[in-house]
Amino acid sequence: MNNGKQSRFLFTMTCFGLAFLYVPMILLVFYSFNKSRIVPVWGGFSTKWYGVLFESKEVGEAIVLSLKVATVNATFAMILGTLAGLALVRFGRFKGRTLFTGMISAPLVMPEVITGLSLLLLFITLNEFIGWPSSRGFTTITIAHITFSMAYVAVIIQSRLTGMAQDLEEAAQDLGAKPFRVLVDITLPLLAPGMLAGWLLAFTLSLDDLIIASFVSGPGAVTLPMLIYSRIRLGLRPDINALATIIILVVAIGVLVAAWIMFRQQKQRELELKMSEET
Amino acid sequence: MGHLLQRNWRTLVLFIPFFWLLLFFLAPFFIVLKISLAESVIASPPFTPMIEWVDEGIMNIRVVIDNFAYLWEDDLYAKTYLNSLKISSISTILCLLIGYPMAYAIVRSSHTTKHILLMLVILPFWTSFLLRVYAWMGLLADQGTINNLLIAIGIIDEPIRMLYTPFAVYIGIVYTYVPFMILPLYANMEKLDWILLEAAADLGAKPMTTFFTVTLPMTLPGIVAGSLLVFIPATGEFVIPDLLGGGNVLMIGRILYNEFNANIDWPVASAVAIALLLLLVLPMMLYQHIQAKQTEAE
Repeated sequence: MNNGKQSRFLFTMTCFGLAFLYVPMILLVFYSFNKSRIVPVWGGFSTKWYGVLFESKEVGEAIVLSLKVATVNATFAMILGTLAGLALVRFGRFKGRTLFTGMISAPLVMPEVITGLSLLLLFITLNEFIGWPSSRGFTTITIAHITFSMAYVAVIIQSRLTGMAQDLEEAAQDLGAKPFRVLVDITLPLLAPGMLAGWLLAFTLSLDDLIIASFVSGPGAVTLPMLIYSRIRLGLRPDINALATIIILVVAIGVLVAAWIMFRQQKQRELELKMSEET
Repeated sequence: MGHLLQRNWRTLVLFIPFFWLLLFFLAPFFIVLKISLAESVIASPPFTPMIEWVDEGIMNIRVVIDNFAYLWEDDLYAKTYLNSLKISSISTILCLLIGYPMAYAIVRSSHTTKHILLMLVILPFWTSFLLRVYAWMGLLADQGTINNLLIAIGIIDEPIRMLYTPFAVYIGIVYTYVPFMILPLYANMEKLDWILLEAAADLGAKPMTTFFTVTLPMTLPGIVAGSLLVFIPATGEFVIPDLLGGGNVLMIGRILYNEFNANIDWPVASAVAIALLLLLVLPMMLYQHIQAKQTEAE
């Protein structure tokens, strides 16, 4: 009956949607090998824009700064987000819980322009009163990034903790382990995959942020998105296409490797399950 | 030390993130609020203090609502607010129209296909947002891929102006935010009881009737969550209108950015931020409410 028509419609919509998502990125890669300076006009194959990209000292400096910010941010966000997630799921009712819940989930939906502006005004006010931060750059960008990244980590940890069976923790407690030992020896190792996922997400969020970094950065500290933005504002540039190609390649490899590892783990688990059923 | 840690770890676990958020998330808002009630002056910092000590012991509190009055009276701001709301609402509907069938198709597909499709939807998340917007600059430009293609196959003689128009902004927002629509919809649909659909069909309901009386009401929580996740950030969007909209498309995020960085009018920028926050506070609370209800249900 109508089932065929329906699935044909769904198939078409999915193909259309995926093409919408991917064709622009494929074209971005394609034109990075364009000899011509005018990006969308094909002038023959060339890799010269990659050379132009790597010759630029600015690009190198921006990449280093962005990676530094992203790494420190991801580490702190992972720690703070994990603590916040633990407090939210395992601590029951405590004073200020509503405020805490609100503050931890608000950054997820807060427009970036507001977060950026308010943090910059905080840094300026702090500098006026206590003399810190005396200049804006790596530290201020990292603090700003931690503030919104930790919210994402907390969400991941929260959902992990709610889905996790508590029997191991209870068993440890019954065997006489103190709550702190249970946390360190049982809960945290069980949370490790979630914490890793949180670290990766915080790392990517930081690498991707333009607006908050532009607000809280000072002279001389230019992150990679800030550099890209200042160049593409004035129009299309083939060296940016080359940069985009490299980024897309790195991400694609990373995601494929992660998917492969997850796939292997799942297969392993299914195998173990089968074997235990047979015996 | 170790002993102290063992006894007070609960307080510590809570205190560290709590303190961080109080200092770097909540306190900044009060500063923004304070500055939005000050006057702009040419000085450093470029606004008047709220509390001044006039003589010994006499405190002068100075609160100015001129900035908000200015926003209210100046046509530009009202128009920009309405325009932001219009653009984000239409974009949300477009995302829903594209995302709903995709989420439905993903849920109904086989195990392996489902995982591949989900990965394909998530993958763009991990690449640079800025570069994905940049990709559309190349597609939509006067000398861009789409115009070149249309001219080459003879549909048009002159390039159509697409870049730096509202059309480009819609494309950019829908393109960037459609995964935010698909994922909550998928999460919602996956938990549904599809037998209800078969029951409706068995009882003689036409596919259209089944859709509007069974599927749509069941997936409503997903629709609302996805729509809010698109609507809220799209309203405050700065990069997309700036890069794809040129000077023609006014959105509130852009005004805020320019007021602050180009005009250096901090009090007005802060007032714009407060006004934007007021506009979004209801949808934000609604989203949090839905999330809280969902975690409880789990």
